[in-house]
Amino acid sequence: MQITVRYFAALREERGCDEEALDVSEGTDVAALYQQIFSDSPLAALRVMFAVNQDYVGASHDLADGDEVAFIPPLGGG
Amino acid sequence: MIAITETAIDRAAVEASVARPEAGAILTFSGATRDNFGGRQVTGLSYEAYQPMAVAVMTEIAAEAAAQWPGARVAIVHRIGALTIGEVSVIISVSTPHRADCYAASRFAIDALKERVPIWKKEHYADGEGAWKENQPT
Repeated sequence: MQITVRYFAALREERGCDEEALDVSEGTDVAALYQQIFSDSPLAALRVMFAVNQDYVGASHDLADGDEVAFIPPLGGG
Repeated sequence: MIAITETAIDRAAVEASVARPEAGAILTFSGATRDNFGGRQVTGLSYEAYQPMAVAVMTEIAAEAAAQWPGARVAIVHRIGALTIGEVSVIISVSTPHRADCYAASRFAIDALKERVPIWKKEHYADGEGAWKENQPT
């Protein structure tokens, strides 16, 4: 199934893009997707939050076709 | 008024958006960029946001404040893009019937923003390096 992934801040710089379309297998959760993408990166251990279709979700949230996934690195607003 | 903007925030407009005849208290909080972090000289900052989600979360925070402090009205405007030192990055205006609730709701709104709104800040240092900064619990 096809999803869109959004990257911000340090993750955007590490990945070299702010958005990409990816094919993922059924039953993939957001935390597993993060590890697939960043396993070889120093950011693999970063404490990220997850959002799907612009709502925060837990690490074990399963992805669905057409989802927009965002990895939310530590926040700095204010 | 809930917004993300790439230009200087109009403080008077944010404050005016919460003013109303039954509100006896109005507080406006401004967050500004600091010139140092841990002794390092900061020369500028850049902010970025996950735009539609950031606005949605700020809207939720305003609604939560209104539910917790009856009559509270909350406006939040955050700036993104490149900022120089001393510029205002965020303005939160709160109005309530009485002042105690106004202080409490204002504090709640900025704390919740730092915890939940998807906005990021990179500090740029005099030596040319930069670092993404993580909000600390207050």
